[in-house]
Amino acid sequence: MGWGFAGPFVAVFGLVLLAPIGYALYLSLFKDRLIGGTSFVGLENYGEALADTRFWEGLARVGLFLLVQVPVMLGVALLVALAIDSGRLYGRTFFRVAVFLPYAVPAVVASLIWGFMYGTRFGLVGNINDALGVTLPDPLSPSLVLASIGNIVTWEFVGYNMLIFYSALKVVPRSLYEAAAIDGAGEWRVIASVKLPAIRSSLVIATIFSIIGSFQLFNEPSILQKLAPNAITSDFTPNLYTYSLSFAGQQHNYAATVAIVMGVITAVIAYTVQLRGMRKG
Amino acid sequence: MRMRTPVTRRLLGAVAVVSALALGATACGSGGTDDGSASAGPKDVAAALEKGGKVTVWAWEPTLKKVAEDFEKKYPKVDVELVNAGTGDKQYTALQNAIAAGSGAPDVAQIEYYALGQFAIGKSVENLAPYGADKLASGFTPGPWNAVHRDGAVDALPMDSGPMALFYNKKVFDQHGIAVPTTWDEYVEAARALHKADPKLFITNDTGDAGFATSLIWQAGGRPYKSKGTDVTVDFGDQGTRTYAGTWQKLLDEKLVAPISSWSDSWYKGLADGTVATLAIGAWMPASFVSGVAAASGDWRVAPLPQWTKGGTASAENGGSSLAVPKAAKNKELAYAFTEFATTGAGASTRVAAGAFPATRADLESPAFLDADFPYFGGQQANRIFADSARNVGADWSYLPFQVYANSVFNDTVGKAYVSSTTLTAGLNAWQETSVKYGKDQGFTVNK
Amino acid sequence: MTTPPVPAPAAAATPATSASDSTPSVSSSTTAASMTAPADRATTTGAPSAARSDPKRRRRSPRTPLSPRPSVPLTLVTALVLVYTLLPLAWLFINATKDQKGLMNSFGLWFADDVNLWDNITRTLTYDDGAFVRWLLNTLLYVAAGAGGATVLAVLGGYALAKFAFPGRRAVFAVVIGAVAVPGTALAVPTFLMFSRMGLTNTPWAVIIPSLISPFGLYLMWVFAAEAVPTELLEAARIDGSGELRTFFRIALPLLMPGTVTVLLFSMVATWNNYFLPLIMIKDPDWYPLTLGLNAWNAQAQTAGGEPVFDIVITGSLLTIVPIVAVFLLLQRYWQSGLAAGSVKE
Repeated sequence: MGWGFAGPFVAVFGLVLLAPIGYALYLSLFKDRLIGGTSFVGLENYGEALADTRFWEGLARVGLFLLVQVPVMLGVALLVALAIDSGRLYGRTFFRVAVFLPYAVPAVVASLIWGFMYGTRFGLVGNINDALGVTLPDPLSPSLVLASIGNIVTWEFVGYNMLIFYSALKVVPRSLYEAAAIDGAGEWRVIASVKLPAIRSSLVIATIFSIIGSFQLFNEPSILQKLAPNAITSDFTPNLYTYSLSFAGQQHNYAATVAIVMGVITAVIAYTVQLRGMRKG
Repeated sequence: MRMRTPVTRRLLGAVAVVSALALGATACGSGGTDDGSASAGPKDVAAALEKGGKVTVWAWEPTLKKVAEDFEKKYPKVDVELVNAGTGDKQYTALQNAIAAGSGAPDVAQIEYYALGQFAIGKSVENLAPYGADKLASGFTPGPWNAVHRDGAVDALPMDSGPMALFYNKKVFDQHGIAVPTTWDEYVEAARALHKADPKLFITNDTGDAGFATSLIWQAGGRPYKSKGTDVTVDFGDQGTRTYAGTWQKLLDEKLVAPISSWSDSWYKGLADGTVATLAIGAWMPASFVSGVAAASGDWRVAPLPQWTKGGTASAENGGSSLAVPKAAKNKELAYAFTEFATTGAGASTRVAAGAFPATRADLESPAFLDADFPYFGGQQANRIFADSARNVGADWSYLPFQVYANSVFNDTVGKAYVSSTTLTAGLNAWQETSVKYGKDQGFTVNK
Repeated sequence: MTTPPVPAPAAAATPATSASDSTPSVSSSTTAASMTAPADRATTTGAPSAARSDPKRRRRSPRTPLSPRPSVPLTLVTALVLVYTLLPLAWLFINATKDQKGLMNSFGLWFADDVNLWDNITRTLTYDDGAFVRWLLNTLLYVAAGAGGATVLAVLGGYALAKFAFPGRRAVFAVVIGAVAVPGTALAVPTFLMFSRMGLTNTPWAVIIPSLISPFGLYLMWVFAAEAVPTELLEAARIDGSGELRTFFRIALPLLMPGTVTVLLFSMVATWNNYFLPLIMIKDPDWYPLTLGLNAWNAQAQTAGGEPVFDIVITGSLLTIVPIVAVFLLLQRYWQSGLAAGSVKE
């Protein structure tokens, strides 16, 4: 009976995700050349991917992104959620909605907006430079572009995560607060010993989402690439790399291989975080 | 994915008229052998038109809209569906996908000259010679014709071309008393003078564009790419390349070019307010000035492309595209009929009238074309300059049969020169290496 | 040019994990109180009085001893975040009031001399033979069929995972997570080739079918169903001889409503903003969703002779966001209760 209910999901899932992945696995065993056609190469593509510095550099870049951007985003989201939940804000509903709004903005539009803001000549950065007579560093220069992308991603998803945390906080039994308050615990103490432990599973979940999101970073760099073609290279992130392999280079076989390697790495890390996060406490 | 391509409506090199005609004649003689089907002759095209049907055209060229309407008017039984399936790379991706899938490919596709080789070598486009295309050779200017024509086959018909010229903002130049540069050395001088007069002014914008760089190398006499069948040579060590790199390096070192990507909104702003003072670009640009930089109407003028040697006349092509018939097309005769209609005769003239730059001799040489005033350029007869440029395009240029890939990694390699202490020469070497590696990987014989 | 490879799904999927070791059914510590909570939450919207006596209903009042008064400093500090989130949206709104010339010549974060918002909206709706309206309708179709279908599948699947023991159940989530971890860009071509063989490319199905999968929705419905639908209720129904389908529709579904609305909203945003797959699948502008259409207009500026219409693109972007924001505002009540239940477990 269970399969009866789960069946439709499983069937469509098989069609739109598993089948293409199976196809990609199959593709990864071949090599197709403009001259010479297709030949079976076994695991050769995997050997190549494991030794491919362009792939590993991209992976290192999203790894760095993950280590910096995710904590900042989740931290801000958590603080705002706690602030709204504390009941000590004026205009709580407004805050909740306004902070959430960016999530409704398509990534394409979000990158368009921020691309403008980052402009050192006609954009907001340029306006600030002119108005204050300063020279801010170019947000789209190679050294800063990763941070600038992190900012866009943070902007898009801070409200989304905030709402997940906020909703989790809302169902923490108030009796726990009361008990703590009677014990004389201050607000920070209540947060540390009551609220945070209570929403731990939400935190873990949000972290796992963000890990997958970081490893699949694509939209924002790909749109900004037009504005900063030299800072955002075609192998900037593993996902951009597979895209350019597949679309500019017609190297579908190798792109499939890189994607599968990437998928395995991402899944392993996600599982590890999940297991550790859930086990603690 | 990088969307520089639109900009880079690169054009294949021009070959001497004679050699083009000679090749055309050869194609004539061997016409039809490729398909082995004598049935696919001009007669079939006429019959197909009689019978009617539907032609799906993938193109982003705006002037085709009117042409499609005219075609339907002339052949009421034919229904032309014009689809903008993306610009440049995006459309090629879609086309490759449809070809690989074996269904969904259009009957006619716009393909830029630089990308055509990739489709031709993959045998994805129909040889149009048996349909009568080989007889059209003399109707096209040599550069574009050379670009669509190889090894006796006609892979596509030239739709437009982009002989280069220098567009400059006269108001800005006059205001600062700077003369219009006639050589690239003077260009560098002008860049310095402008920027010194007002640090907000830049001679031009450049963030690294494969089409632009290769065009300047072409004009300087460099021929980094050679290909014959599956034998390919990539060599950025020749004199022409060195000339280009040496001069352009000065502009980069002194930060004299604005770090603005072409076709962005900042670029349009820069062109409108004069902070981007010149553009060395293909002759198709005026239409974009009129529609995108309307505010600066009257400020701009056209001059011949600066020269690498004083008193020279050398030019190069920049951009331009063709119309091809994919092998996967359903109704090839009808597809060919539309292709010919849109690229020659009345169709070509309609498009020229709408602002496209012709690849047809008749249009290029017609007095009406040459004498046309451009109100946008203060009434200048700019087509005379473009036509001169078209005549002086350097011969024997060719792109790689995998130029789409090569261009996609231009900014990964040469781009470093724009944002770090890497030199252009080092960047070009890296570009060469990456291209060679890819070529070998794809089964070409490279640099042997 | 681009988009979420596997946007909401990708992001969403993972949470599922907890499932693999134990059914997420309210692991240990979640008390009886929370077992019943979703049920009354489901009913409270309509009849608040019914639940008045439930201690959880009074959630707000016990706050009083803890933190009664709104705090100005805290509001100001949080307002910084607000500025951050709203500033770019302000830019979008301000620039939607400018014409092409105003965009080129005026300061980005302030209005130009003349306000052209209404004129821009009219032009956006009529430009290109009214293509915007067509794309809007397409998008509505995709959202209705895709997000609606995704919700149905997720609800059924989540319910099954939470309330039935069947072989292979534990593997489901491991597989789902593994699958969404593979970068979507590399799967686009295989997917295209498959769909093309099935004759689905260039049809609405090519957008709708992939939208039917929301791994996050499945996760959410799993935890939600585990909590919101007491197993005893189902047992009782079965003893009364009710068939499984009937039990689902009569007993489970009403209890699942808040979670269902949640999943629906998430799927709607994902479908509304969907870009990458339609880009690959749809070449006929008549079937474009709004995101693709706007992007095509934006790309006009990159074509020689093409007409740059940044003003229309910006106004169109604003118009694209408005409906989805409106839906959020209208339904945020459900939205919170659904999510809350989903994250109750510890």
